[in-house]
Amino acid sequence: MTQPPDQTAPSRLALAHVSKSFPGVKANQDISLSVRPGEIHALLGENGAGKSTLVKIIYGVQRADEGGISFDGRPVEIASPKAARKLGIGMVFQHFSLFDGMTVLENIALGLDETVPAEELKARIRAILDSYSLPLDPDREVHTLSVGERQRIEIVRCLLQKPKLLIMDEPTSVLTPQEVERLFETLRQIAREGCSILYISHKLHEIKALCEAATILRGGKVVATCDPRIETTRRMAELMIGAELKHLQRPSGGGKAGAARLSVDKLDMPGEPPFGTSLKGVSFSAQAGEILGIAGVAGNGQAELLMALSGEHLAGQPDAIRLDGRPIGLANAGARRAAGLACVPEERNGHAAVPEFTLAENVVLTARHRLPLAPSGLIRQGPVEAYAKDVIARFDVRITGPGALAGSLSGGNLQKFIMGREIGQKPDVLVVAQPTWGVDAGAAAAIRQALVDLAAQGSAIVVISQDLDELLELSDRLCVINEGRLSQARPVAGLKLEEIGLMMGGVHGESHVAEPAHV
Amino acid sequence: MTAAILVSIFMTLAAAATPILLAALGELVTEKAGVLNLGVEGMMLCGAVAGFAVAYSTGSVALGLIAATLAGVAAAMIFALLTLGLGSNQVATGLALTIFGIGASSLIGAGFVGRTITRLGPLFPADYAAHPWLRLVFGHDAIVYLSLALVLAVSLFLRRTRAGLILRAVGENADSAHAIGYRVLAIRTAATAFGGALAGLGGAYFSLALTPMWADRLTAGRGWIALALVVFAAWKPGRLLIGAYLFGAVATFELQAKAAGWSFIAPEVLAMTPYLATIVVLTMMSLGRRTGGRDAPACLGKPFPAS
Amino acid sequence: MFEWRRRREPSKAMLYLSPLIAIGLTMLTGMLVFGAIGYDGLRAVTAIFVTPLIEPQRWADLGVKAAPLIMIALGLAIGFRANVWNIGAEGQYVMGAIAGTGVALLTHDMTGWWILPAMALAGIAGGAAWAALPALLKVRLQVSEILTSLMLTYVAVQFLYYLVRGPWKDPDGFNFPQTKMFSTSQTLPAVAEGSLVHVGVPLAVVLALVAWFVLSKTVAGYAVRVVGRAPAAARHGGFDANRVTWSVLLAGGGLAGLAGLLEAAGPFGQLTPQFPVGYGFTAIIVAFLGRLSPVGIVFAALVLAVTYVGGEIAQSTVRLPSAATGMFQALLLFFLLATDVLVRWRLAFRARPA
Repeated sequence: MTQPPDQTAPSRLALAHVSKSFPGVKANQDISLSVRPGEIHALLGENGAGKSTLVKIIYGVQRADEGGISFDGRPVEIASPKAARKLGIGMVFQHFSLFDGMTVLENIALGLDETVPAEELKARIRAILDSYSLPLDPDREVHTLSVGERQRIEIVRCLLQKPKLLIMDEPTSVLTPQEVERLFETLRQIAREGCSILYISHKLHEIKALCEAATILRGGKVVATCDPRIETTRRMAELMIGAELKHLQRPSGGGKAGAARLSVDKLDMPGEPPFGTSLKGVSFSAQAGEILGIAGVAGNGQAELLMALSGEHLAGQPDAIRLDGRPIGLANAGARRAAGLACVPEERNGHAAVPEFTLAENVVLTARHRLPLAPSGLIRQGPVEAYAKDVIARFDVRITGPGALAGSLSGGNLQKFIMGREIGQKPDVLVVAQPTWGVDAGAAAAIRQALVDLAAQGSAIVVISQDLDELLELSDRLCVINEGRLSQARPVAGLKLEEIGLMMGGVHGESHVAEPAHV
Repeated sequence: MTAAILVSIFMTLAAAATPILLAALGELVTEKAGVLNLGVEGMMLCGAVAGFAVAYSTGSVALGLIAATLAGVAAAMIFALLTLGLGSNQVATGLALTIFGIGASSLIGAGFVGRTITRLGPLFPADYAAHPWLRLVFGHDAIVYLSLALVLAVSLFLRRTRAGLILRAVGENADSAHAIGYRVLAIRTAATAFGGALAGLGGAYFSLALTPMWADRLTAGRGWIALALVVFAAWKPGRLLIGAYLFGAVATFELQAKAAGWSFIAPEVLAMTPYLATIVVLTMMSLGRRTGGRDAPACLGKPFPAS
Repeated sequence: MFEWRRRREPSKAMLYLSPLIAIGLTMLTGMLVFGAIGYDGLRAVTAIFVTPLIEPQRWADLGVKAAPLIMIALGLAIGFRANVWNIGAEGQYVMGAIAGTGVALLTHDMTGWWILPAMALAGIAGGAAWAALPALLKVRLQVSEILTSLMLTYVAVQFLYYLVRGPWKDPDGFNFPQTKMFSTSQTLPAVAEGSLVHVGVPLAVVLALVAWFVLSKTVAGYAVRVVGRAPAAARHGGFDANRVTWSVLLAGGGLAGLAGLLEAAGPFGQLTPQFPVGYGFTAIIVAFLGRLSPVGIVFAALVLAVTYVGGEIAQSTVRLPSAATGMFQALLLFFLLATDVLVRWRLAFRARPA
């Protein structure tokens, strides 16, 4: 595969007994690992396992409470990202540290520690783009680029410094399968040239395909080190999760076709300036008892679609959106909830919930339309708290009581509360984006189960997610959103991963044919 | 109208434009770094009173200008300490700074009300500006030239230098800038200090050049107009220059109309014109912007780290 | 070494304690500063902060000065809660007084119980109208209400000057720039025979209670709070931010206008160029010191009223310049904003230096 890493040379990076605590959390405990020169080393773990903290320590964003780091055999203090770069450590963040309103060139210049004249920098960038065959225009503004192109900026930014260690934090979470393959080729080439790569992920098949060594974290500790090319996926998953996951309890005879509860017909909506994606002729329907999955790479109109369905942005025509046949395209968010259409947006803090409000107050936000919480404009404290307590109990929200502030909850707990708040109102249609984003495995399983149960009671459910594995597990039918266009829905049974990949990349031919050329 | 009168009108115009040009230029740099300091009026008043007090006591206008600049920086540092150091709300703190500036200038200035000083004179010897048209070029005081040079310097700094690029980056996306390793708070503090320095200098222009006499609330809301000017200029130094001189024209019209004794317009109505003009201009800017993209730095007024 | 640690939840205790700490720090700083520039610092601070409270003959004056501050600050606080930064309350206050005075001048020869209510309604309408323009521009064109409302304050004050020097000048007023004195039917009655305290004072307290009820118990108040805290969540919950912007600006303008009218028909009894005394700006401090809560505002207004009354006392006893009052008020706001940090963070002892 690649040249065998030199066994005699000192480790490129070695951590010895690194620990780091935050108030109430031991993020890293006694972590030791070593990465050889030219090795692609996986750091594997679930959300919350401590990967991000560890990486921030290596890159000098945070400092370890205890433990030591050595680089190329010498003990080092990494006080800042600048110090890290000086050692030869480059990092590509999961959430890119890019400046949308600036050009690619300016973005790259910002990532360098010395001043390089614009023309010289451009030449050096072109040299790198050529040698790795990466397409990218240095003069474009970042907000006009796709996610894959944005990631390339980060990679080029790192490569310009001729790094000895490249850290990639969850680099594929926003890429199409084709873009992932391309990234892997680039990374293999970088490693062949002697640069070590620390690859952070929780996606096992990627790690098997790419990495030569893996360190598995769970609950802030190293639980195992292995060679992912030899180790089974199943074994690594068990190590990562720590227990066998329960399978979804699905009522038998899935794929039953009930009446269409939510139907969307040629929905057009301009994106919010400056960087929004426009929805173009989106049509689909969700039937009673079914879960419809909408896959797609981030930033292709998912947020816009959710806002259009929730009533936060209004469609032009009343019959672009129908709920049980009734046109609701002009109804606002409150009216749609009253009619039985509930939505859960991706962003929990500040969108689905108000962090500075208590859980009880957050109940008023979206439950007052269907439940008698505030008839005639007066908020009834008793019923509000009772409903909050009910949600907390039924969805196992780990918190002191309805007086806790939403912002003080962990991501998983808050998501359980929000899902509970909506499901408890028994909506006829529930649209939910990224239901298990940043949620621990236990809570994710509970949330998925709740969705399946709600569908079983006859509601229609639409799940918008970037997590293909989740969609394939949950959905009865699947469609893909790409640049604001939605593909036709296909039954999940029998769908091949390659087909979905092609749909996500925008090569879904059939929808182009299906789309009328109206303006 | 003779050439001499036209030239004289333009001289008045430039003088009226200069203090708000300075204050607005400082605020532009502050805002480019993502900091919204609404305390411009307060910082100007601090500069005005400090400049006057020092010029009056020492007899040196130059020392007065230096003192005013430092006073502006000091006031801006109170703002920086609260908003950047302690994470207080930028809008509220800016208002507090203005209230403070009004109170402090009025307190310190109480002993100076009605006193006069020798005003700041033209930079070049009078024989350079003997001809009326030459006055246009050589007849101004040093601060007018300084303000024009600063517009050019700030424009080049923001567009051409690495430090300017970093400053813009901090205002564009503070989290990203931090992740790459830039010291967001230090850069923002520096930008805020620069804003304070120019506001202080602009304030002193009132008390040392325009009306060489102390009066309470001398700046009469010009700090707020400077804030509006930054919006008008879409955060571009060159457009700031145009805006400030347009405003200077409005103010000069007010003065000329009063001097000419136009009886069909009440003096109070004339006194309203700068403020009404500001509202009209802000409205027109908004109408014009609806088609275009955004102008303001993306992180303007947002706390870092996010709370 | 000490270090700041973020609290998991904002501290309730500090929410109430920090205004008191701020008042203490203001007194201490005032003492040092005025001592340093040659006054008797201790006596100055005592005169400003303590004397008005311990001398019962000052209490009526405290109430009269607190009433307009309460009303204006209520309107501002509701706006600030909704993230609407109306800082032109002074202008709305002046326009309210002008509108009410307009009614007074029209009805100068009449008598009747209805005249004062009509003046009050005109005052509310005048203030609300002056806030309507910033509301319109913000909702329709996203023009910052901060700048427009403030600019309109300067316009309102000039308009007042124009009226009292021109069309509304009292013909029998020896050419002083002032309107006629209001008649008895146009002057606020006192709460008790011979008292300086007019009916506007209890009205201010009642309005604070109403505002408290609306903000904390009704969906409308919830809308105000949620729009300010999390606009995206508000939209998600079906609240209309534009409607909230309109409501809070009209309410704020109306309250400031009412306060202006009450001041004109109460302590002033006419309009003069001295009418705008800066209550509209001081009310900003009141709103923050009262933690944007209606009940807190009543207490905060009293504190600021104390500084006004005490400032006058200090002028005569310690010869402190009148501008010192403004300094104290500004210092108070600075310290309040600074001590706010204690609500969200705590100072913790760090055993081992990094």
